[in-house]
Amino acid sequence: MLQFILKRLGLAVLVAFTVSFISFSLLFLSGDPAAALAGEGASGEDIEALRTLYGFDRPMLVQYGDWLFSALRGDFGESYYFKLPVATLIAERLTVTMLLGLCGITFALVTAVPLGVAAAIRPNSLIDRIALFLSVAGQAMPSFWFGLILIVVFAIKLGWLPPSGAASWRHFIMPTIVLGYYAMPAIMRLTRAGMLEVLNSDYIRTARAKGAPEVQVLFKHALRNAIIPVVSLAAVQMGFMLGGSIVVESIFALHGAGYLAWESIGRNDLPTVQALILIFSMFYIVFTFLADVLNAWLDPRMRSS
Amino acid sequence: MSEPLLCVRNLNIDIPVGGGTLHAVRGIDFELQRGEVLSIVGESGSGKSLTSLALMGLLGKRIDRRADRMDFDGIDLTRAGKRQMRALRGDRMSMIFQEPMTSLNPAYTIGDQLAEALLLHRNVSRQQARDRAVELLEKVGITAAASRLGQYPHQLSGGLRQRVMIAMALMCGPELIIADEPTTALDVTIQAQILRLLVDLVREMDMAMILITHDLGVVARVADKVAVMYAGELVETGSAGAIFNAPSHPYTRGLLRCIPLPGRTARGAPLGTIPGIVPSLVGEIGGCVFRTRCDHAVAACHGAIPHRGEADHMFRCVHPHGHREDEETPA
Amino acid sequence: MSDLSDPLLQEITGPTPGQLLRKRVFGHQGLIFGLAVVAILAVVAILAPVIAPHDPYAQSLVARMKPPVFLGGTWENPLGTDHLGRDYLSRLIYGARVSLMIGGIAALISGVIGTAMGVAAGYFGGKVDAVVTFLINVRLAMPVVLVALAVVAILGGSLTVVIAVLGLLLWDRFAVVMRASTLQVRGREYVAAAQAIGASTPRILLSEIMPNIVNNLIVVVTLEMAHAILLEAALSFLGLGVQPPTPSWGLMVSEGKNMMLFEPWLVLIPGAVLFVLVLAINLMGDGLRDVTAPENRS
Repeated sequence: MLQFILKRLGLAVLVAFTVSFISFSLLFLSGDPAAALAGEGASGEDIEALRTLYGFDRPMLVQYGDWLFSALRGDFGESYYFKLPVATLIAERLTVTMLLGLCGITFALVTAVPLGVAAAIRPNSLIDRIALFLSVAGQAMPSFWFGLILIVVFAIKLGWLPPSGAASWRHFIMPTIVLGYYAMPAIMRLTRAGMLEVLNSDYIRTARAKGAPEVQVLFKHALRNAIIPVVSLAAVQMGFMLGGSIVVESIFALHGAGYLAWESIGRNDLPTVQALILIFSMFYIVFTFLADVLNAWLDPRMRSS
Repeated sequence: MSEPLLCVRNLNIDIPVGGGTLHAVRGIDFELQRGEVLSIVGESGSGKSLTSLALMGLLGKRIDRRADRMDFDGIDLTRAGKRQMRALRGDRMSMIFQEPMTSLNPAYTIGDQLAEALLLHRNVSRQQARDRAVELLEKVGITAAASRLGQYPHQLSGGLRQRVMIAMALMCGPELIIADEPTTALDVTIQAQILRLLVDLVREMDMAMILITHDLGVVARVADKVAVMYAGELVETGSAGAIFNAPSHPYTRGLLRCIPLPGRTARGAPLGTIPGIVPSLVGEIGGCVFRTRCDHAVAACHGAIPHRGEADHMFRCVHPHGHREDEETPA
Repeated sequence: MSDLSDPLLQEITGPTPGQLLRKRVFGHQGLIFGLAVVAILAVVAILAPVIAPHDPYAQSLVARMKPPVFLGGTWENPLGTDHLGRDYLSRLIYGARVSLMIGGIAALISGVIGTAMGVAAGYFGGKVDAVVTFLINVRLAMPVVLVALAVVAILGGSLTVVIAVLGLLLWDRFAVVMRASTLQVRGREYVAAAQAIGASTPRILLSEIMPNIVNNLIVVVTLEMAHAILLEAALSFLGLGVQPPTPSWGLMVSEGKNMMLFEPWLVLIPGAVLFVLVLAINLMGDGLRDVTAPENRS
């Protein structure tokens, strides 16, 4: 188990470094970052001045090393637009995004797991069909469009919820639903498939042969085994959701890290964009690592090996 | 004779399939006294396992079970509700399955799973349940029983797991134990040990057992009574002695020719086989089901098949002695 | 002895595999619906210049924001006009072209990359597998929307850039699925047999491995096509995908957003079409998986 964790940890660190290098090199995609920064119509002298100011004249690997070591200390440079440390900017905004991600994954799990279990208990029943419909629709639903429809219906026509902002918990209801619905189909399908498989297994028959009541068979014997892969999927989805929060935050004008990313991309604020890509990637890496560990801990076969 | 522990009359099991109804088990009758071992013999797909699952009330929801009578110690199982069946299962009647590798829940320890069997039916403390688990693990021949309680199924070998399954079935001291091919999934060297253990325990604890198997060698050693099943029907039933000494149905004779028996099979003589394939059981079935593979088949085999013989040895065949009269009596 | 005319043996001869396949395909409502919708939209996209009632770029200041017929408009503009007076139906029809083209080409590019990586990893194993698995992990760790937005912003939002970015980002599922499928097939006897008679590696990959994993590939192609179409729409909606005045459904939702309060149909119509197309492609993919691998049906 310890060996497994160490191996996964090593892989995670290696992935993290590679991702950091890729997100850093995005800066050079445009050819000349100094020219891009100066904007159109800037004079050659201005560009040269910027080049020296930001150190673009040094070799790329030196710049990367410099950036990486600063980043490891929590220093992501200064935002071109805000003229503030990027780390401060992001730290301010991250709470909203994390809160949204947490609400989203909770919503997804709370709806998807019971639906998946119910669908597996009675395949082809009405509840199974509803679950299937919800998951098929969810996979095809453009989240920006879904968000706009919710705003039109619940904020504008019915006036029940505020259309945008992050002032109270009520502001988070619609964004949570949109973001959670994005993760729901996969979790629902995996829960259903896992439960179906487990319910047909020999040890479920053993539990019934012991005279265990159906509730105990379903939840103690079946769900305990079916939930293991769902846990790691949920962690992976959580990582995807933080990255995907950019769409939801922009629709509902939630000033989180995703919103900051959208604004910064529009403003060519590369240090901020680089740092955000890196941070969102780190979240994904940390979540999948935790998922692997949790998975190993939940599964006795992996725990003891 | 005293009232039997188990009495089954005209048990039928139907399974809805794509193209109609699969009549998997048809018109099964048998009885079992306390302390008796009944062996149900037949090839794969003959309905042996379905019959045992029907007794336990463990058939799937879509499978239809009908019987004129199915009494367990005076309790009418055909009318027993879910709650009543649950109270019987694992307490007064328990079952041991074929696949020890997959029949234990991978997520819980052996101790938890053993204790659960007792906690479900008896008002005992966890400690008492664990003590009983240790006692039974020792009884099924597991050494260092107390330290095994914390182990998970994947840490045990197949033979050990089947011993655990047996211990689990015995937790409440059942009156009837149904063992569905308990040794087929195990190594040959382990098979004999497990079977011996099971039979000894049954005798020692004075339980009745239904042993389902396709291994006639096993049957010869342990069974009091034998029921031979073919394609969903009982073709021959009787005391073990009667079946082995005077097999009457052509199928039973075929089966016996397939196994070497000490003193009966000549050295170097080829073992028998039964050619042909088992028929499909979808749709209406008339006449003898074995006729497509039978050496003695005649036109009358398509009609009604009479029950022949007496109560302690019965078979179903159009021929009064189980073979065409114009032939020599087959070995 | 085995009298084959005996009614007991009659059930054994069943329908042929071809009959079974046809029955499964036509009995699968999702697959039929998906195929039908995708086929219709593909025809519409190809014949756009013939079908579209108006030029999708032609603006008209006097004919702005005309409502669709079902909201009291005229048949001149069946789905009304947008804020620049452009015919909404014509823009939707040309939008199908953009969506299907981006989805199709992006899925093709990522399909080639991902399949090559996945098959190589699955077939050769060892170091190749380790490198590919690592690359998949790296790719999964990058937030797709964010990276795509950033790259499009830096390089400028043209159709080519959007297609290239999506094509280079969406190969992960191809690699994962193809790797697993290849691993499964590699152990089979017929591959060992081909190796034993000295067939070359490219020959084994092409004639032994590929035919046996192409089912899974087709399913992933459909799912990733749907994924690419949704992503393009999201990028365009955020203003960093296809640029105006190109008719893209995501862009149409974005342009209609400001007038959503008074004219919700401006947002509802393109979004609904997008939803239906993606739904149809997904149903087609799920259906193909069910039909080609019945044992995987849950």
